[in-house]
Amino acid sequence: MVRLISLILLLATWWLISQFVEPQTLPGPDRVLGAIAAQMRSGDMFFQLGVTLARVLAAFTIAMAAGTAIGLLMGRVKLADRLGDPWLIVLLNLPALVIIVLAFIWGGLTEIAGVLAVAINKLPNTVVTVREGARALDSGLNEMATVFALSRRKYMWHVVLPQLGPFLAAAGRSGLSLVWKIVLIVELLGRPNGIGFQIGVAFQLFDVTLILAYALAFVAVILVIETAVVQPIERRASRWRIRTS
Amino acid sequence: MPLAGEFGQVEVRIAQKSFTSASGERFEVLRDFKLSLGHHQVAALVGPSGCGKTTILRIIAGLETDFEGTITRPLSGKLGVVFQEPRLLPWRTVEDNVRLVAPGLTREALASLFRDLDLEVHRLHYPGELSLGLARRVALARALAVEPSLLLLDEPLVSLDEALAVRLRDQLAALIASRPITTLLVTHDLEEAIRLADRIFLLSPRPAQVIAEIPLTAPRSARSEREVARIVSEVACRMTGGALRPGHA
Ligand SMILES: Nc1ncnc2c1ncn2[C@@H]1O[C@H](COP(=O)(O)OP(=O)(O)OP(=O)(O)O)[C@@H](O)[C@H]1O
Ligand SMILES: [Mg+2]
Repeated sequence: MVRLISLILLLATWWLISQFVEPQTLPGPDRVLGAIAAQMRSGDMFFQLGVTLARVLAAFTIAMAAGTAIGLLMGRVKLADRLGDPWLIVLLNLPALVIIVLAFIWGGLTEIAGVLAVAINKLPNTVVTVREGARALDSGLNEMATVFALSRRKYMWHVVLPQLGPFLAAAGRSGLSLVWKIVLIVELLGRPNGIGFQIGVAFQLFDVTLILAYALAFVAVILVIETAVVQPIERRASRWRIRTS
Repeated sequence: MPLAGEFGQVEVRIAQKSFTSASGERFEVLRDFKLSLGHHQVAALVGPSGCGKTTILRIIAGLETDFEGTITRPLSGKLGVVFQEPRLLPWRTVEDNVRLVAPGLTREALASLFRDLDLEVHRLHYPGELSLGLARRVALARALAVEPSLLLLDEPLVSLDEALAVRLRDQLAALIASRPITTLLVTHDLEEAIRLADRIFLLSPRPAQVIAEIPLTAPRSARSEREVARIVSEVACRMTGGALRPGHA
């Protein structure tokens, strides 16, 4: 309820400001909504949203999977941590733009280079978060798993993953928003389609309405994913906590 | 490293085990510790707090490998352990905790195990919803569910109220007796040891050594209050320095 009021307040503020400035500078919510509807009717909106979403999901999946594996390794094996740490610091401090530009130079203006560039941007952050979780694994439960000779797969699934849950959720949450912002830059610089490319076109025409239309449509998509996919998964994973707290 | 033993025997020979404290000094926990256990025997280690009982169990379980000596364990068969704390997975139900370590357990075997330990109504509860006594019983159910040939129990009844401890002790005695298990039990309660074991090893304070070995020949059910009291006082006479607390279960 409070969230809804807050959202309405935001829209009202936007509308109010748009009354006092040129529509080319800041179009009102009604105009932007109209632009979204027009783009949807032409089918263009769905295509661009789909392309961008596919890139976001691909990069996100790669970064989370590789980041979890590396983070676990670094959190559990001292040598891996020592070896990996300098790499991690370099990656963490490399600007997104540098990684993207280099990826396109070395990999060509290809889909793979683009998606990998986004994944590499997200990777170090996932590694750091998962490593923290791996360091905090309960040694008592590890010993239990050893004594009862749990298979590697069972150990991972029933003992390790539930403990990493909150860390994976944290990495995932910040990851989704980070990844989609970087995907837009990748599309702007080196892809012939997607929301980022469209925004680039609109920028050349100084078409603020179109820029806002595409941006807001994608924010809406991310919101839907967040409430329809991420939150139910989190609720499921923390069922035992809710019942016992 | 545990070696394979003949006829399900357990041989423990620990020449020396020491830990390094946080300040960097080494201190000895075990020295010349020897113990052998026959097939299907129930032995109890009784000793003062901090003398190294848990360390002995951890070495036998293979969790501590940095020691001088050898451990011989049954060649075939599994290991069941009840740790000093329950160590259940908080995110799995009672039933799933047990099933996880014993996937081959039949529905009937699981049901009878839960019946024997009065856990039926708690099958679908999470460990966070259980009292410590209940969690202990789940840990016991888990250790028995793997149908171990060697069972290690680290103070399974400590910090339970008296009535519950007595009840769980009798359940435990019956469960062990009905199975072909070699059992090593750790406790600092002499009466508990007398009620459960065939053979008691009294340990000295750190570094732990066996100072007396008491075979209990009378069958468990025939150990009356008087018999127990007699053994307790006999042990108290043997002890010098009062390193042991007499039983008070
Ligand atoms: N990992 C460790 N590092 C350093 N010291 C340890 C470690 N584990 C145990 N100790 C020390 O070794 C000694 C024996 O510990 P242990 O846990 O075996 O005692 P215990 O007989 O089981 O005691 P209690 O009856 O209180 O459970 C203690 O002094 C303890 O502080
Ligand atoms: Mg102990």
